[in-house]
Amino acid sequence: MKALFFCFPHSLIMRNVFSRRISAISFMTWLSLLRATVRRLLSTSQSSVDPKEMRKFQLLAHRWWDEQGEYSALHSMNDIRVPFIRDTVLNMGSAYQRGSPLSGVKILDVGCGGGLLSEPLGRLGASVTGIDPLEENIRAADQHKSFDPVLAKRIQYKCGSLEEIVEESVETFDVIVASEVVEHVADLEMFIKCCSQVLKPGGSLFITTINKTQLSYILGIVVAEKIAGIVPEGTHEWEKFVPPEELERLLEANSCSVKTVNGMLYNPLTGSWSWIESTSINYALHAVKSGDQAQTSQTEPLSEMESEQCSATAGTSV
Amino acid sequence: MAAACGRGLLAPLGGRLRACPRASLRSLTSAAPLYDVVVSGGGMVGSAMAAALGHDIHFHDKKIALLEAGPRKEYHLPESYSNRVSSISPGSATLLSSFGAWDHVCNLRCKPFRRMQVWDACSEAIITFEKDDLDDMGYIVENDVVMSAVTKQLDAVADRVEVFYGSRAVGYTWPLPSHSCDTSPWVQVELADGRRLQTKLLIGADGHNSVVRKEAEIQNIEHQYDQSAVVATLHLSEATDNNVAWQRFLPTGPIALLPLSDTASSLVWSTSHEHASELLTMDKESFVDSINSAFWSNVNHSDFIDAAGAMFRSALSLLKPSGTAVRQLPPSVANVDPESRAVFPLGMGHATEYVRHRVALIGDAAHRVHPLAGQGVNLGFGDIACLTHHLSAAAFNGQDLGSLKHLLRFETERQRHNVSLIAAIDLLKRLYSTSLSPLVLLRTWGLQATNALPPVKTEKLKKELIDLKQRTQEEHRKLEDYYTQQIKELEEKFQKKVGEISQIQLELNLIKEFRREKAAVEKELEDLKKSIKISNRKHQEEVVQLERRFLEEKKRLEEDAEKKLMMTREAAQHEAVLKSPRV
Repeated sequence: MKALFFCFPHSLIMRNVFSRRISAISFMTWLSLLRATVRRLLSTSQSSVDPKEMRKFQLLAHRWWDEQGEYSALHSMNDIRVPFIRDTVLNMGSAYQRGSPLSGVKILDVGCGGGLLSEPLGRLGASVTGIDPLEENIRAADQHKSFDPVLAKRIQYKCGSLEEIVEESVETFDVIVASEVVEHVADLEMFIKCCSQVLKPGGSLFITTINKTQLSYILGIVVAEKIAGIVPEGTHEWEKFVPPEELERLLEANSCSVKTVNGMLYNPLTGSWSWIESTSINYALHAVKSGDQAQTSQTEPLSEMESEQCSATAGTSV
Repeated sequence: MAAACGRGLLAPLGGRLRACPRASLRSLTSAAPLYDVVVSGGGMVGSAMAAALGHDIHFHDKKIALLEAGPRKEYHLPESYSNRVSSISPGSATLLSSFGAWDHVCNLRCKPFRRMQVWDACSEAIITFEKDDLDDMGYIVENDVVMSAVTKQLDAVADRVEVFYGSRAVGYTWPLPSHSCDTSPWVQVELADGRRLQTKLLIGADGHNSVVRKEAEIQNIEHQYDQSAVVATLHLSEATDNNVAWQRFLPTGPIALLPLSDTASSLVWSTSHEHASELLTMDKESFVDSINSAFWSNVNHSDFIDAAGAMFRSALSLLKPSGTAVRQLPPSVANVDPESRAVFPLGMGHATEYVRHRVALIGDAAHRVHPLAGQGVNLGFGDIACLTHHLSAAAFNGQDLGSLKHLLRFETERQRHNVSLIAAIDLLKRLYSTSLSPLVLLRTWGLQATNALPPVKTEKLKKELIDLKQRTQEEHRKLEDYYTQQIKELEEKFQKKVGEISQIQLELNLIKEFRREKAAVEKELEDLKKSIKISNRKHQEEVVQLERRFLEEKKRLEEDAEKKLMMTREAAQHEAVLKSPRV
């Protein structure tokens, strides 16, 4: 505003330039708005889902539950990611019930695919909501869980993206799991913001993804896709890999503090995953949303003390 | 569609999986109750498996079923011993105590033994096994006692483990490995009375003629020995400290005497079919005589073998003079329990695969051995321990219980352990089934060597162990003394400090009192000062008042005096005046 005032006396000279700039700017914004609305109308869901990625997964929707098929690496990743989630949640102090360590915990599995991670978590007693933008994946997941009555009750699958469920489920989940998802997401900032909104204060967020380094390009794309065929070709794009520093930055910006980052390594000979020190290729991250509840509980005792002091001085003065 | 996708998915998995012969519709089978684990076969191994899973903490909310063809038996400990006994190794005892059954066994009836003596009938070669310290080598327990103990523990977890007595499985339907088809992914079990069960994991513990193994079409390498085992309960001629297990290798087969109590032992005599039926039918005296002669007679000795054996023994004694282990004499038998003689055929078997998708075999269904080593049921208990460990870990990781991943790990672990043991037992049996001189010589020398050298080793080891123990005990004692001394010193110091502290506390109290009194005294001082000031003021005021009054009085008096003076002067003047005019 001050700038406007300053350039006002000069605007007599620059008026035509200024007005042209204003009209240009307004035209551009109108055009981008139009483009955005058109895109929104045409796409099935909002901005964090990439339609190219959806097409890639559509072709393999029926291969989810073949343990020796294209998704065998994800099946064997359960051997380390399920204990990681389970032990972290148990350490956060929830009461342990024999036989179901995660009972009473509400988990959101974002990008659940065929339900590979939702089912073990459901077996451990958690109530899991699995969301995936692809209809075929949800169908495959629903069909697989339908044979087990215990799982059918504990797990709910919904087709849609994270943004769509944000409005109706603000602060409803104790844990959010986004495993091997953020490297397929179109708008990472929006994704993290939605995760933070849907998470309860003090809740945990688990992300496993691939780092963006030269090593991850060589091993994750060249070797895994083209040479050894561990992952179907074209599954990953190196440009969309997320380094842990960037993820940390986004999480801190959304009031989540990162507690643990562990590197993971896949051994193609044994078909098994293991934890390693270095996060250069795959890594798992655990963040906790800062609790507003925690803050209010801290201020309450202080105010009590203050009121006590006030009453004490009042007494003496009288 | 189901068959096509089934065959299409067979290729990467090789021969391990087969397309199901009967594809069942989901609507029919969805009514059948779904269990997490079904154990088929309620013998010692099957019941123990169900009990171990039922007591496992990670199976707390899982449903387990046990299928047993026989009726439920209420067990009351009979006076006489049963003729079917097993030698339970310490490892198996640990497994049984892990779910609380071993205490019941000890409360009912069990005989520990400390030593095992094995010798050849064709020579003097002998080998003894024993553990140092006072540990038991094993326990001789009647099979019925084990069953009763396990059943009691099964009843304790009846909310998790459902036992189906009098039920026999007549058919199994195996699932396709992949779930893109509409068929149920669980194993369907059809019982003889028409009931159906579904399960995520079927464990076959139904003995060496396992139906589960046959239906799953798992190949079984088996071999019938030309031998039957005769079992009986014997009474010894005199009561003895019966804690040695005896086994003698006759050319017809090994005869073993397992201790049951100080006066009774159990007989397991593996011999040819004809001899076995003879033994079964002969009268008591001849039976007892044949047992005693089997243990005592040297009719199979040949001079050549004896001489060769003696020569080898003397050669060994040159090498190490401490000599071979002491040879004990087995007890002699006086009587046999009536109705306790029985015969059952012997064979050997080993399944090529222990696991399939959603199927596992344990116990005699997976492997069957000759009783000469007393390992049959112990291998089964070992299978239980291993499988329970893997299933428990899988349940804690939320995995599908029937998944081949952890079942294969169980199979590898057990096959590695079992195959060598089974092969060794088979080899021993074949080696000792002959009386051909060269083989006898070979095994005699082998046995003598093994018996001679290990005693050297074991004696040295024993001595070293004892030394080590003594040393560690001494070190312990020294450490104890040192630490107790330190503790004493520290305690003294502590006491001193405590005394000092109490003194300091007293002085502190005194100081406090002093302060208090000081405060009181100060207050008094203050009061006194105030009162003095007040009284001073009053005093001054009074003095001032008095002064004033005095001054007033003085003035008044002066005035009075003046007045009076004036009056007298006037009076005098008056008088003077009065007096003067007369003149």
